[in-house]
Amino acid sequence: MSNKPVGMEVSVALSETIMHCDVDVIAAYPITPQTHIVEHLADLFADGEMDAEYIPVESEHSALSACMGSAAAGARTFTATAAQGLEYMHETLFIASAMRMPIVMAIANRALSAPISVWGDHSDVMAARDTGWISIFAENGQETVDLAIMSFRIAEDHKVLLPVFLNLDGFHLSHMIEPVLIPSREEVKAFLPEHIYPAPLHPSKPVAMGECAGPNIYTEAKKQQWEVLEKSIDIIRQVFADFGKQFGREYHLVEEYKVEGAKTLLLTMGSYSETAMTCVDKMRAQGKKVGLIRLRCFRPFPFDDLRKVVKNADTLIVLDRSLVMGGPGGPVMSEVRSALFGRKGMPKVSGIVGGLGGRDITVEDFEKIYDLGEKLANDQSREFAMYGVKE
Amino acid sequence: MVKSDKDMTWHELNLGCMITDVGNTMQYKTGDWRSQRPIYNFERCIKCGVCYIFCPEGCISRNDAGHFVADLFFCKGCAICERECPTKVITMITEEDK
Ligand code: SF4
Ligand code: SF4
Repeated sequence: MSNKPVGMEVSVALSETIMHCDVDVIAAYPITPQTHIVEHLADLFADGEMDAEYIPVESEHSALSACMGSAAAGARTFTATAAQGLEYMHETLFIASAMRMPIVMAIANRALSAPISVWGDHSDVMAARDTGWISIFAENGQETVDLAIMSFRIAEDHKVLLPVFLNLDGFHLSHMIEPVLIPSREEVKAFLPEHIYPAPLHPSKPVAMGECAGPNIYTEAKKQQWEVLEKSIDIIRQVFADFGKQFGREYHLVEEYKVEGAKTLLLTMGSYSETAMTCVDKMRAQGKKVGLIRLRCFRPFPFDDLRKVVKNADTLIVLDRSLVMGGPGGPVMSEVRSALFGRKGMPKVSGIVGGLGGRDITVEDFEKIYDLGEKLANDQSREFAMYGVKE
Repeated sequence: MVKSDKDMTWHELNLGCMITDVGNTMQYKTGDWRSQRPIYNFERCIKCGVCYIFCPEGCISRNDAGHFVADLFFCKGCAICERECPTKVITMITEEDK
């Protein structure tokens, strides 16, 4: 494998990487804009390049159910979906995490219907944010590839054993052609040890999974699950650090861009962050004290890391690409605000919802978002603002 | 006997609440769900085993005399045996009346 970046579609690069991760089982149902990922995996499988089982199921609900069977047998398991497909899996998402199934699922993030939209935003994963899955966001093709490899290592760590959402923006990322460096099978193998599930289904050593818990023990089961997800943050941090050591590409729970000396910070997630960086460069050149942070990891929520990064700013503007109906605006803003609430020296939090259903946010838009966010910080009359809505 | 879930802390639960001592339902006293129990008039019993076949709990077995009797540790008191017995050997009585 060459160590030069190759121009390719991000979905294809992700599929090739999944193959290099030596995945045992893939069960998936195609849905726009995830389709190229599973189509390319099916090609690799059909061409005999991939030594795996490929299960073309009849629905997303079945896809995740099949993945759970596979993970329970101790197989390295991958699936991918988007939007209504993720919501169709919804009830099984909780089961996969509570049963501690280390499945990796790529989500080509897409808006939820109705009205029908195949375009990108974060409504799908935000509706699944409390299902007990680890949730990580990629911003470009290289990060998608790198985070896919790291996702298996995180999920399969014996202190974790939880499923992982790998989020990549539908179309804006999934369908981009970018220069990507795909680590070779050997490089991946050196980073990603063989997956050994502690108690897989096997006739020689029977176990029972997914049984009932009465009122005597359900609370304890949830407490244990909460602790494991919360503590997984240390493993994620460690895996990011180990990856940096081997591959020379750095990842953090909260990513910073020109935070030094910034009075106003913007928080973004996913591919729009790169446009926001260009905007920060432009505004910094004009002498404005702005910076950018991006949540790499949304679940578990990195409370301490976030507080450390934002503590010197006056205003923190959170851009949400989904809308909590009847709630406080954006789901990320709501969590950020509660992370900072009641603590001394924290910035004021402004919530802005934008980029819904594939609406672009340009560099000029981001400039306006910084202005709007600063105004909102001192405006008690509303919880948040929707950016770019035609009045 | 595994520890009862009444006494178990969250630290003691297996991965994903997995059960590793499979077959431990043998320790699960379903009998305490019961509000009524079967009593027998074996004089009428023809030892046909119909009650044994129909019992959804699988808790009926044959005693030394060849009669079919419920294990009250598991019997849930559903009264299916009473209904199915062709010779009316079985009568359900409420637990308060036992
Ligand atoms: S009452 Fe129901 S559970 Fe009990 S012995 Fe009869 S059939 Fe079985
Ligand atoms: S069904 Fe009635 S007659 Fe037949 S074995 Fe059971 S108790 Fe006896």
